[in-house]
Formats: sequence, structure tokens, C-alpha cells
Amino acid sequence: MIETKEAGILTAIETKDAGKPTAIETKTAGKQTMIETKNVNFYYADFRALKEVTIRVEARAVTALIGPSGCGKSTFLRLFNRMNDLIDGTRLTGECLIDGEDIYHKSVDVDALRKRVGMVFQKPNPFPKSIFENVAYGLRVNGARDRSFIAARVEESLRAAALWVEVRDKLRASAFALSGGQQQRLCIARALAVSPSVLLMDEPASALDPISTAKIEELIDQLKRDYTIVIVTHNMQQAARVSDSTAFFMLGELVEFGSTKKIFADPDHDQTRRYVAGRFG
Amino acid sequence: MKWTRRLAKHTIEGLFTLSGGVTSLVVFLIIAFLFREGFGLFRSPAVERGYGLCVHAENAVPTLDAGQVKRIFDGEITDWKEVGGRPGAIVPFRVDDLFTGGGAMDDDPASVIPRVEALIARTPGIIAFLHADYLPGTKIARHLSLGNITPSDFFTGREWQPAASPSPRFGALPLILGTLLVSLAAILLALPLGIGAAIYLSELAGARMRAWMKPTIELLAGIPSVVYGFFGLVVLAPLIQKTFDLPVGESALTGSLVLAIMALPTIITLAEDATRGVPRAQREASLALGATRWQTICRVVLPGASSGIAAATVLGIGRAVGETMAVLMVTGNAAVLPRSLLEPVRTIPATIAAELGEAPAGGAHYRALFLLGCILFAVTMAINLTAELMTARSRPKNI
Ligand SMILES: Nc1ncnc2c1ncn2[C@@H]1O[C@H](COP(=O)(O)OP(=O)(O)OP(=O)(O)O)[C@@H](O)[C@H]1O
Ligand SMILES: [Mg+2]
Repeated sequence: MIETKEAGILTAIETKDAGKPTAIETKTAGKQTMIETKNVNFYYADFRALKEVTIRVEARAVTALIGPSGCGKSTFLRLFNRMNDLIDGTRLTGECLIDGEDIYHKSVDVDALRKRVGMVFQKPNPFPKSIFENVAYGLRVNGARDRSFIAARVEESLRAAALWVEVRDKLRASAFALSGGQQQRLCIARALAVSPSVLLMDEPASALDPISTAKIEELIDQLKRDYTIVIVTHNMQQAARVSDSTAFFMLGELVEFGSTKKIFADPDHDQTRRYVAGRFG
Repeated sequence: MKWTRRLAKHTIEGLFTLSGGVTSLVVFLIIAFLFREGFGLFRSPAVERGYGLCVHAENAVPTLDAGQVKRIFDGEITDWKEVGGRPGAIVPFRVDDLFTGGGAMDDDPASVIPRVEALIARTPGIIAFLHADYLPGTKIARHLSLGNITPSDFFTGREWQPAASPSPRFGALPLILGTLLVSLAAILLALPLGIGAAIYLSELAGARMRAWMKPTIELLAGIPSVVYGFFGLVVLAPLIQKTFDLPVGESALTGSLVLAIMALPTIITLAEDATRGVPRAQREASLALGATRWQTICRVVLPGASSGIAAATVLGIGRAVGETMAVLMVTGNAAVLPRSLLEPVRTIPATIAAELGEAPAGGAHYRALFLLGCILFAVTMAINLTAELMTARSRPKNI
């Protein structure tokens, strides 16, 4: 009974997904490109935080952004869901495409964009609401009313975030009653609930203990089958473990971008080698 | 060397403790004084102090209460049967009447009392209000005692006529209701505006806009209330008089408007602090899920700031309830039960300010004003405690 119900909702979601434009096929060695930037410069007032960044992020893969503190990783990540728009006096030049669409074009609906491009923040930031309501939030602001649909979607998202088993008996409890690691997975579930195609993660495990971190990494590994993931991390081992491609930034410039294997084993640039090695100790 | 420093330290600490203690003591003494004077009202006789009432010795009326006495002397009750006596016209008499009819201005009791006794003896329907010195003997006249003013006279009485003679009326109900009406209307006007402005300031306004608007609003809180009152009197009252076609512009509505304007800075400042207290991370989380700015305000910012907003409301009410000068100037000050917002009303603080100067110290009127002060104190105290509880209340652990 429950099974069939769930199956029904899943197909409903899938058909919903099917309506979305699929990743454009910019054939690069047989891979799809999901995100693309062309000569992007970004300014905080007069300060140029990103310099001529050009990159192609593969669909359904994990791309890691690494680099010293202040080099512009977060700024770059926040371009893709236009979170930087919230800061006064910022300016962008160049092009930023998701699914082939210029997301900084005048006609773009920013709220709709953010539904397609989910984000997980560095510090877990659940709402002061129940676990259930945290996950249901994105559905509700999208106008979902059907209670059984919302309940099913919440369960599915919590399962996808590997949190269901731990919270299924206390869905009505405050999200603040969870541990830090559980809160972060809750935030991931919350982002997944609106079925985005891209997931941006800004140091999602930096506030967590090793066991919670391992869980998040495992989760990322599973999620990349369905989502394009861009992750900022300071942890070199983490970048090496979870990502397929790695981009190394320094002082707002993209120094090197390539497969994670290459960046860590045999980078083209000396700076990259030193940074990656320095972190390995 | 060391002991001098220790001494200095102890002296300084002692001074701080002392100033704290002195302040607390002063506050306590003021409150104690307020309540002692206020509750003294219920030990005051219902007839003017130093005076007495008497009727003809054979008058069958059992007893009179203060309200009946007042209406008798106002000419509203004219027959003894209306107050439970034998039928017959009532002849109210004040000792002044003896002197106003011309004749000797001799106020020596020895010469007045016989004249009073003679008058009472030949007037069966008389009720005489006399200075205690002039009260005749009990053979000729029966002395009526009205007892003391009771709490129900005060709290449920509908007439506030402290200068009425022989029996002043201290019914505080019109004043209490007037205060409530004006404050409530003020808060209903100020709240939507205040919260709206707070949301605008914290969520929508740019940094430059906020940089000059916030200090301006805070400045408004510092303007003396007479200035607001003057503005209300000169601008709002004529406006309201014209708009609603009223005989006078001074009304409860005018008072509410002035109070609303005065309470706005408090509400805006506190509500804005509360909305800005909602963590930025939660706003970002909401926006990152595709919620619009408006949805974020309604579903994240306002619920998160609710206790602070409630506190702002309560303190705004507190300011309105206690405000004196401006209200005194624009409400028309008629101590009648308010029937609509467009009629003149009188509030508790306005009454105290207007009447304390003319109330003889220690008299019933003076004590009644203190009791009004006690009510005001209790109300504002309750309001502040509520606000305190609301802000101190931490986020609920379970939702
Ligand atoms: N809101 C802001 N206003 C002005 N400058 C900013 C702002 N946010 C970031 N910057 C500047 O932009 C540069 C890039 O910042 P960003 O946060 O993207 O770095 P990051 O690589 O994420 O650093 P970290 O690893 O420490 O998180 C920094 O020099 C920073 O000072
Ligand atoms: Mg960062």
C-alpha cells in the first residue's frame, strides 16, 4: 500500500522533472556541460574578487573548488544561484550559463533559478521549525498544498539525505534538537526537496566531526548520480575523495582546472602543486 | 601600599552598593507612598470632610447613599418616597442658604445653631448639609451617616465629579475606560504602521536609506510630548472636526492619533531590532530555496522576530497608557463614559495632571487621584513585566 503510494509520487516527480530542460549537450569528451562561465569578473564595489574566470562544469559529477582563504571560492559558488545579488554594490561582467541559459539575463526569474540551483551552507542553518517543516519549507513556498504529496516528498528527501532512519520518529521535534551533522544533512534534505538539478555546497562539512563528515561525503557520492554538485572545501583529502574535477583558485583567478586525479597527481602549474602538496603536509 | 588599594577598592564598591541601595529604597518609598495615599480613599467619608448631613427627627428614610444625596442636592430627586421614605417634598438646605438670604453675617455657632434648629423643626421635608460645627442636636435632627467611600463606588462608579457638594463623586470607570479606549485605538493605528516601517527598514531599505531613517525615527522619540500635543491641537483637531463634522475637534480619536504618532518610534525601533535579530543565515536559506523576499519575510523573519515584535507592541501600549500631556491637550477631557471615538474623553494621567493642583492635600479628591495613580502604576508595571517575559522567552525547544 505505502509502496504503491510512494511509487505514484515518484513517477509524479519524475514527470515533473522531465518537463525541465535537460542539460545541453556541449560535447566535451562525451560529457554534458551543466554550468559554464565565460570571462567572469566579479566586483564587491571596487574590489575585483573574480578575474576572467572561464570554466565548464560537468553535469552529474562533483566539482571541487579549492584555494587559499579569500581567493573567491564562495563568491564564485554564489554566482550560480545569484546569492551575491543580496549584497549591495556588487557587479558582474562576462557570462554565466546554466543549462545553456544566461542566468544573469534580465528576463531570468531569480526565485525560479534558485529552485533549480540548491545550496547548502557552511554552517548548518535550519529554520526554528520542526524537522518536517524544515524539509517541507521549499515545497510550501512553491505552492504545494497536498499533504500526502508533501509528506511523501519530505520522506523521500530525508531518505536521500541519509537522515530518514534517524528522524522518522521525531519529525515534529525542533530541528535544533538534532546534532550538527544531522542538522547539515537536514539542510541537504531541505535543498533536495525542491528537486534542483544543481547542488552548491560551501564547505558543508567544515563544522562537523569526522564521522558526520564521512557521512556527508558518502552522501555526496550517491547524490552525484542525480545532481550536478559544486563543492567548496579546504580539506584536500576531501576534495580528492569526493570530486571528479577540481578547480584551483588564487587571488580571484582560476589557476588550474582539470580532473581531480590530474590536479592532485600531476598539475600543470607550480602554484597548484605547492598548494595541494602543502595541504598534504 | 597594598592596604590603601584595598581600602580604595572597598570604598568604591561600597559607594556603588550604596547608590544602588538608595535608589531602590527611594523607588520603594515612592510606591509605598503612592499606595498608602491611594488606598486612604476608602477611609474617607463619602460626605465632604468636616461636614455632616441631617434630616428632620421624624423623617422615616432609613439611610441614603452618596449617589442619592448628590441627586437630591442636584434637584433630580425631589420626593422622599423615591429614596424609601414617606411621601413628601424634599427640601435641600445648605448652611450657606442662611447667609445668602441677607441678614446678619454672624457665623458664630452659638448663634447659627438655634436658627438651624428652628428651620429644621418647622420643615419636615428638610435635608440639611452643614458644617460639623453647626450640626443641631439629635432631638431635633437625625444625623445621616453615608459611611466611607467604597471600592465599588470608585471602580464601578460612572460619575467623576470631585467638586460636587455635599457628596463628591469619584467613579473612575469613565477615566479607566477612556484610557483604555484611547490607548487601544492608538495601538491599533500604530501597530500595522510600525511593523510595516520596521520591515521596510530592516528588509527592504538600502543601507543609505536606513542610515538616515533610523536616527530620524529615534529622534522622534525624544521630542517632548507637549510638542506632539500642540501639533495635535493645531493640526489634527481641526482636521478631525472638519472631516467628521463634529462640534469640537478634541476627541478620543484625536488623542489616539497623537498617541499613535508618539508610540511609533518605540514600536519601529524595537520591531526593527527584532527583525534584524533574525539570523542572516536563515534568510539566506529561505531565499536559496527559491522563496521570494516576501515569503521569506512572512515565513522566516516575522515568526523569528515575533517575541520581539510582541514586546515592541506591549511597550508601545505602555507608552500610550501613561502619556499625559499630549492627551490632556487634545482629548477634550470630558469625564463621561466614552460611547464613540469621536466624543471627548478623559484619561487617567490627564485627570491626575489636571486636578492634582486643586485637590487639597489629604482630602478625598487628593486620595482618589493617588488611587488613579496606583491603577496606572499597576497597569504599566504589568505591561513592562509582560514585555520582559516576552523578550526573555527563549526559542521553544519543541515546535
Ligand atoms: N560581502 C563582501 N563585501 C566585500 N568584499 C567581500 C565580501 N565577501 C567577500 N569579499 C571579498 O572577496 C574575496 C573573496 O571572498 P570569498 O568569500 O569568496 O573567499 P573564499 O575563497 O570563499 O574564502 P574562504 O575560504 O575563507 O571561505 C575576499 O577578499 C573577501 O574579502
Ligand atoms: Mg568561503
